Amino acid sequence: MRKLVTSMLAGIGLTLACGTSVYAQEKSLTIFWAEWDPANYLQELGNEYEKETGVKINVETTPWADFQTKTFTEFNAHGDAYDLVVGDSQWLGAGSTGGHYVDLTDFFKKHDLGNVMAPATVKYYAEYPGNSGKYWAIPLEGDAVGWSYRKDWFEDPKEKEAFKAKYGYDLDVPKDFKALRDIAEFFHRPDQKRYGIAIYTDNSYDAMAMGFENALFSYGGELGDYATYKVDGHINSDKAVAALDAYKELYKFTPPGWAKSFFVEDNQAITENLAAMSMNFFAFFPSLINEASNPNAKNTGFFANPPGPNGDQFAALGGQGISVISYSKKQDEAMKFLEWFIKDSTQKRWAELGGYTCSQAVLKSPEFQNATPYNKAFYETMFKVKDFWAVPEYAELLQQLNQRIYPYMIGGEGTAKETLDALAADWNTTFKKYGRVQ
Amino acid sequence: MATTMITTLDRSSRAAARGLSDISIRNLFIIPTVLFLIVFNIFPLIYSLGYSFTDFRASTNAPANFVGLQNYRDLLNDPFVWNNFAITAKYVIISVAGQLFVGFGVAMLLNRDIPLKGLLTTLLLLPMMLSMAVVGLFWKLLYDPSWGVINYFLGLGNFEWLADPKMALYAVALTDIWMWSPFVMLLSLAGLSAVPKHLYEAAAIDRAGPFYTFFRITLPLVAPILMIAVIFRTMEAFKTFDLAYILTSQPTAELISIRLYKMAFQEWQTGRSCALAYIVLIMVLAITNIYVKYLNKVKER
Repeated sequence: MRKLVTSMLAGIGLTLACGTSVYAQEKSLTIFWAEWDPANYLQELGNEYEKETGVKINVETTPWADFQTKTFTEFNAHGDAYDLVVGDSQWLGAGSTGGHYVDLTDFFKKHDLGNVMAPATVKYYAEYPGNSGKYWAIPLEGDAVGWSYRKDWFEDPKEKEAFKAKYGYDLDVPKDFKALRDIAEFFHRPDQKRYGIAIYTDNSYDAMAMGFENALFSYGGELGDYATYKVDGHINSDKAVAALDAYKELYKFTPPGWAKSFFVEDNQAITENLAAMSMNFFAFFPSLINEASNPNAKNTGFFANPPGPNGDQFAALGGQGISVISYSKKQDEAMKFLEWFIKDSTQKRWAELGGYTCSQAVLKSPEFQNATPYNKAFYETMFKVKDFWAVPEYAELLQQLNQRIYPYMIGGEGTAKETLDALAADWNTTFKKYGRVQ
Repeated sequence: MATTMITTLDRSSRAAARGLSDISIRNLFIIPTVLFLIVFNIFPLIYSLGYSFTDFRASTNAPANFVGLQNYRDLLNDPFVWNNFAITAKYVIISVAGQLFVGFGVAMLLNRDIPLKGLLTTLLLLPMMLSMAVVGLFWKLLYDPSWGVINYFLGLGNFEWLADPKMALYAVALTDIWMWSPFVMLLSLAGLSAVPKHLYEAAAIDRAGPFYTFFRITLPLVAPILMIAVIFRTMEAFKTFDLAYILTSQPTAELISIRLYKMAFQEWQTGRSCALAYIVLIMVLAITNIYVKYLNKVKER
């Protein structure tokens, strides 16, 4: 009996020893990201890093719906399953103040990344708190919301004529929000199973916020004052109220059952011939010019979020920076990877593979801007983006936005003013709770 | 009394030959279970009770501050949380009543000699053997206004089952009824087949009508087992999460467990969500207790 136990223990010991020795020989880094195309491109980039240095890069992914939950569960347990994470821009506050991210300020300054990367990406993907000069991530995937549209529907001479007769101006890519609305109304033909427009309405994470922000920012409205956390008079200003009404107006022209839609549904609206125009993050556009995933690839065009009535033009920011996780045991190795990642040649390669680089040099190059039908719109958009709150309690703020705006948008409860007044009160209470306002 | 419950070990048995006493065998069976319960149920229960009085957030490294009853006070003053409770109550009533009606009805139909009765019963039991998440995903497709089968067969055109704020909760309840009626049916069938046949014969001799037979013989005798089905289904319906979470995001169908999940794992308000979990626990306990009291009364008759 004793012999058996001893031999078993020896066996287990041997297995462990072998396991760790193999582990030590093969250096590797695990990067955690959401499950989407850019993560595959990053894996390809990582494979090239492995060829150069011998360090294996594993990009691990999980569906978007539980990306946030899974990441923070790992953080909260101080787990070292992942060495780096490509985290959402809103996580900066929680990641930095919670001690989950390694401070990258020195790295940032050493490589002068503040000038290498596009300013908006530095501001929203890397710095926390705002204007503090402290950096927690390297901008990796630039992203913002843009629009795709059906070129064939827009260019049909009969449609053009009918549009001009009805609205008095030419049918073209919308020049402002009013034109966006008119075109949506024009193409909304439920009897033909063709609808005007696809927008974000899902209220489970940040879809509704991202969609509404597109209208809000272009109408000249603001979520609040990012420095003082004052929201009353900003989120419920006249401009914000008009923006919410404009966004709600668009919902009238969406396909049926459009009450829980996000990026998947919005791309489907184009691929399944449902809508004339569709809002989506640029990161989802590569599959729209691919004939394998979009039968209408040849007839799909793209445009940047149009300006509002006063000429302001902004878009909601998506995108992520890459951060080193403070519980990782391979932080040095991770830093080496980042040094390689920010090199100009790597950034260029990243863009070629399909990643949205944040490097100014690459973004400005004509090569990049002419590479795809949407790169130019992307370049233009990335210099006029704004983002949601990045404070650690951003998820509560999102939830409050969802529970106020959704019933108004979808259920038609109350008025825009009442909705936003209530939201301002909710946000103020939350900021009070965390001691950001008196 | 208690000692007679433990049967003594047969001296010639193998266990006795190995020198295991009654007590050690009993311990062998009970201690792992008790340990498991303590580690995975009792300890977290008490630990989270502690958290419910703090402002702890699992997503930060900041220490938890004791805030007394603040979390409970805020939650019970939050109109959104009350709304979630109202929605949950409505959902429980609709879905449990529906399951009871359909399940018991089908059981009555099956409680006779029909060909292929075994096969039929097995097929009818299939829905409850599926995973909740799978059922949710399938029904989402069935309900779809553009290509869903339900609208196609009912000729409802583009009727929006899940996107219509007024309809969403009923659509979720309908799915739940489809899934869990077989459970009620199974229990009812067991109850129905246990009703002594001679009672029906006696009733027939006395020329009792079918309604009289049903309300005076069948229902009273099946009632206790039906009550058990109701208790199980109420508890489960109260806790429904996956089905509703997958099917719809309508605020009018946001059950309390969805609110709890969001609070705990999206907003990471750990302290407050612990408090909410306790409120839910107390409610479920209270409701179950009322049922159990009633069940005992029914049994006494």
